[in-house]
Amino acid sequence: MTDVIAGAVPAAKSLIEPDARTRARNAAERRFRMMGIAAILIGLLALVTLLASVLGNGLSAFRQTYIEMAIPLDAAVLDKAGDRDPEKLAKVTTLGYGKLIEASLEQMLADRGVDTKGQTAKQLMGLLSKEAASDLRQMVLAKPDLIGTTVTFPALANGRVDGFFKGRVTMESAARDSNISPEQLEVAVLMKEAGVIKTSVNWAFLTNPDASELRPESAGLGVAILGSAYMMVIVLVLSLPIGVAASIYLEELAPKNRWTDIIEINIANLAAVPSIVFGILALALFINFLGLPQSAPVVGGLVLTLMTLPTIIIATRASLKAVPPSIRDAALGVGASKMQSIFHHVLPLAMPGILTGTILGLARALGESAPLLLIGMVAFVKDYPSSPPEGFFDPASALPVQVYSWTQRADPAFAERASGAIIVLLVFLMTMNALAIVLRRRFERRW
Amino acid sequence: MSVGLLSLLLLGLAALGFGLGRQRAIASVNGDARGLHSLPQYYGSSVALFTAVPAFLLVLVWLIVQPVVIESTITGMILPEDIGDGSTRELVMSDVRRIAEGIDVLVANGATGDEIAALVADPVALKARLGDAGVALAADINPHVATASAAYRGEVAMGRTMMSVAALALAVAGFLFAALRVTPQFRARNVVESFIRVLLIGASSVAILTTIGIILSLVFESWHFFQIYPAKDFFFSLTWSPKFGGGSDLGIWPLLWGTLYVSFIGLLVAVPVGLMAAIYLSEYASPRVRSVAKPALEILAGIPSIVYGLFALMTVGPFLRDYFSQPLGLGESSSSVMTAGIVMGIMLIPYVSSLSDDIINAVPQALRDGSYGLGATQSETVKQVVFPAALPGIVGAVLMAASRAIGETMIVVLGAGAAAKLSLNPFEAMTTVTVKIVSQLTGDTEFASPETLVAFALGLTLFVFTLGLNILALYIVRKYREQYE
Repeated sequence: MTDVIAGAVPAAKSLIEPDARTRARNAAERRFRMMGIAAILIGLLALVTLLASVLGNGLSAFRQTYIEMAIPLDAAVLDKAGDRDPEKLAKVTTLGYGKLIEASLEQMLADRGVDTKGQTAKQLMGLLSKEAASDLRQMVLAKPDLIGTTVTFPALANGRVDGFFKGRVTMESAARDSNISPEQLEVAVLMKEAGVIKTSVNWAFLTNPDASELRPESAGLGVAILGSAYMMVIVLVLSLPIGVAASIYLEELAPKNRWTDIIEINIANLAAVPSIVFGILALALFINFLGLPQSAPVVGGLVLTLMTLPTIIIATRASLKAVPPSIRDAALGVGASKMQSIFHHVLPLAMPGILTGTILGLARALGESAPLLLIGMVAFVKDYPSSPPEGFFDPASALPVQVYSWTQRADPAFAERASGAIIVLLVFLMTMNALAIVLRRRFERRW
Repeated sequence: MSVGLLSLLLLGLAALGFGLGRQRAIASVNGDARGLHSLPQYYGSSVALFTAVPAFLLVLVWLIVQPVVIESTITGMILPEDIGDGSTRELVMSDVRRIAEGIDVLVANGATGDEIAALVADPVALKARLGDAGVALAADINPHVATASAAYRGEVAMGRTMMSVAALALAVAGFLFAALRVTPQFRARNVVESFIRVLLIGASSVAILTTIGIILSLVFESWHFFQIYPAKDFFFSLTWSPKFGGGSDLGIWPLLWGTLYVSFIGLLVAVPVGLMAAIYLSEYASPRVRSVAKPALEILAGIPSIVYGLFALMTVGPFLRDYFSQPLGLGESSSSVMTAGIVMGIMLIPYVSSLSDDIINAVPQALRDGSYGLGATQSETVKQVVFPAALPGIVGAVLMAASRAIGETMIVVLGAGAAAKLSLNPFEAMTTVTVKIVSQLTGDTEFASPETLVAFALGLTLFVFTLGLNILALYIVRKYREQYE
């Protein structure tokens, strides 16, 4: 304390008025504080922008434009033999149904007095999705009694027409588009005024399978949701028992030696391995070496299990550690064996923490996409996988991967679908996280 | 017998064993359980465990080993002259498997054994029949391949039967062994507990097996790659231009450069923001602000990376292109290093902030109080006392964030672009190691070409990089950590 500072800093002239140096220090303090607030605000702003962008782009995927029309299902066309034999009914292709729709569309437009502006029948059919005829066919094949009656059928509108009413397609862009012309859109506007074109909730988005490049309007998440659900079942069934067993051993039974040290370092490192490396492992081990099928939920489930295990082990060990030693001592004191004290007392008390960790691990696994890309889950899958256990080996998609494959398609209608799929994914994740929070709040004990 | 049916049978046997073991134990002491060494259910469990567990392990091992064994015997049946020009043994083997599956389809459609034998002898007819059944084959079927397929089918079926027989035999043996051991003096609880202990050890070594699996698959396939592509070119060439058809340049540097550039920008965003947020939350914020802001930031951590990828693709990319790179004449592409970097930074903010928050909170209050006592302001305390004390931990956190940035896939796949180049302009599209792993391994992959196998070498590089960063982070934290109290 021999530094001479008296000369360096002139004594303050007033106690009330801060001197220049104090002012500078206080200003620095305020600046630092503002930087902190700014950092928090940047983080929150990013969160809000992210959510707003996803919601803004994706909410419209849950509404869909339909062209409603009454279609007389003429028995002379659909069932010439008249015996409603399903095999003969199936012989009528979508082309035949397309003609029915075309006739009804023209009829309806004439009835309602919609000015078709000289558009040909083919151009008018262009307002409809190419999927409409096959939808109608499916409907009839599922219920042959409908033949001979007149059904009110909401036909899917073409993706461009749908986009026009959602503001994605404009007259200018239509002029440059080979799939739709401004004249067709003008007719669509008149149809909307006449109440023929309606926009309603798009449940098919959640149930339909993926659709081809040209039919974004009928693409849905059915196969992806099913595939994700299958994988989550596999992950839960495998990773919960294995994770809990491993944690019990490491936390309660393992002697402190080289081997357990290696296992612990290993688990910490596995949690930090990039997810794509797990994808490479799955490709080399499960698909190439073991010959499991590509795009199958079983492979996805296995690789996600390996990825989730470290998370579950870390969470389980934390909640086992949180159970006070007095519980173990009390059990041992009344003559329980070590195993009995663990399985009868410690484990039930740690269960809420374990379940919370498991749900969070599952939520992570649900959103993971990189390893699934490598095991072929990006493939175009139009058929629903069958019910488990065979279904685990059928090709399927997964929610996050479906998002990725939709972003790779040219039609901007798929971008809307991708954002819509993200909303579905986020809703699932929020539900899981909320469940974890509720579990923790309700059951977790503090000792 | 299918695996599912076999499992059910084994489980049923185990349940039976439990009941029988328990009953035998009680019967052996004439219903007075006090005469037993252990509680009756332990006797039951010992029988059930010895019945089910070894049999299931056998099934598991069999399912893994059988394809390998069959593959090697069948491969021996294919003579060198059966492998055509431009073809490989693997391709022929995949034909064999395909034909075998096709024959399965034929059998399922009602073909008899004699018909199949006749078809195998006549490859042309076999091809036609398979085509009718919906199994299309590109080339004509070589007679050797046809017999190999028939043999393959036979061996697979025989393997399945043998597996069922062996598993059931093992289960029954275990059942009898354990059931005969049931006497009042038998220390059933100890046996069951040691058995469970072994199972627990087995479960905890899954983590080790995973690591071994990762390392083996990466090293093995990378070694394959370096057999057909010179390692020197991979590590030192400055061009990346894979051509399916041969003559590719597969230098890692453009990819590594893209990876490091994107990660650098990501850290440039995440470290200051995350660190300042952590400092504000732990040093300044009132409990109320903290209880709102901290979970909100943690939401960012829970969002899957595909969401960030989509955000980069649909919002950040076009925004940067329209307002920065195009007006400034820096680039035309919406996917760029900047796009991916900024979005990656956003993803890393909560990671940096929550790690740093913990570390800053671990600095003892006494250090702060001492500093305040000397007249320092709060920010001076943070900058000159708290921050230096927390520095090793913060460096560790930044290194871990860097390792995550390097391994991140979806953001760069959707945001950074696919053009491999060495450029300094951050508004240009560049590509990264992870993007190329995805693009080389998706779609139809053939595991003989360097263009596919290079992905494994890239994966190995990535693994070594991230592992190195993590170990370095751990080392720094351990070595330089201040031990208080």
